[in-house]
Amino acid sequence: MKVVAVIPAYNEAQTIGEVIDCTRAFVDEIIVVDDGCADRTAEIALSRGAIVARHVINRGLGAAIGTGLAAGLKRGADVLLTLDADGQHDPSEIPGFVKAIEDGADMVIGSRLLTRVGMPAHRQLFNWIGNFVTFALFGKWVTDSQSGFRAFTREAAKRIDIRTNRMEVSSELIAEAHRNQFRLAEIPIKAIYTDYSLSKGQNFFVGIKTLLKLVVRRISG
Amino acid sequence: MLVVQILIAVFALFAIARAVSQYKQGRVPRTWLAFWVFFWLGAAIVAVLPWTTEVLARVLGVGRGVDAVMYVSLVVLFYLVFRLFVKVEDVERQITKLVRKVALEEVESAKD
Repeated sequence: MKVVAVIPAYNEAQTIGEVIDCTRAFVDEIIVVDDGCADRTAEIALSRGAIVARHVINRGLGAAIGTGLAAGLKRGADVLLTLDADGQHDPSEIPGFVKAIEDGADMVIGSRLLTRVGMPAHRQLFNWIGNFVTFALFGKWVTDSQSGFRAFTREAAKRIDIRTNRMEVSSELIAEAHRNQFRLAEIPIKAIYTDYSLSKGQNFFVGIKTLLKLVVRRISG
Repeated sequence: MLVVQILIAVFALFAIARAVSQYKQGRVPRTWLAFWVFFWLGAAIVAVLPWTTEVLARVLGVGRGVDAVMYVSLVVLFYLVFRLFVKVEDVERQITKLVRKVALEEVESAKD
């Protein structure tokens, strides 16, 4: 079974090398999607032995995940994982995702809220709002709709239709799981919050914009 | 006739002429040509013959002709903004498709 990690990255030169190094032991191949980075992200990723898919211009998280999954499918992946490039996910938890897939799940979400370890209170609140919006619009409740640590079977990745470009993608993937009637598993993960990863977090206005785009996504079916 | 009435009428004619020329160049579809022609004709008529708005007001059941024009304008504006929003999303999606294709081709050619 070929396990491929997809790491969408936008200007993550500071952390991408270490993330790749830590991930390597748990997967067969690593695909970094350089989402129009202005820094050395792609160069570093290549030097650490990752495959790099390069977006000529920045298209956002959703677009990067879409490209990463498409590249993974082309490389013949059986299991596709997504994880963040800022180092907030612990790659040693990957085997748990693969096991959940082996146990019959089509899609696995790593939930930071099953343990709540290391997550600041205001982040928990934003997360709950994200979950609520996802549920209200798309009818599926999960404990961490905004998690970037996920796994898909090959079949699931093929059937997912990502239409949004940016942060909306997290909720959209849940919606797609619901629409395709995937068996969805949630497993607890730790969130490693550093000053670096917190500084990369989303602000209130991005949240409002994300909400609007999700509403449009819902209406446009 | 007030100057503003003449100005609006002239501008409406100009806008219609523009819409027709854009249509001839194949840049707007026929339905949109019809929309803009009707829209600007309506604006010109309302500007030159303000009493016509009273008819509209009676049909809609609002007090004054000016109010009716305001309500209709707002609805039209909101609709156009929504169309624009959807269109922009559509363009964004197409750009992503293109960027993705280039990225995947590069991965293919660099393979092994």
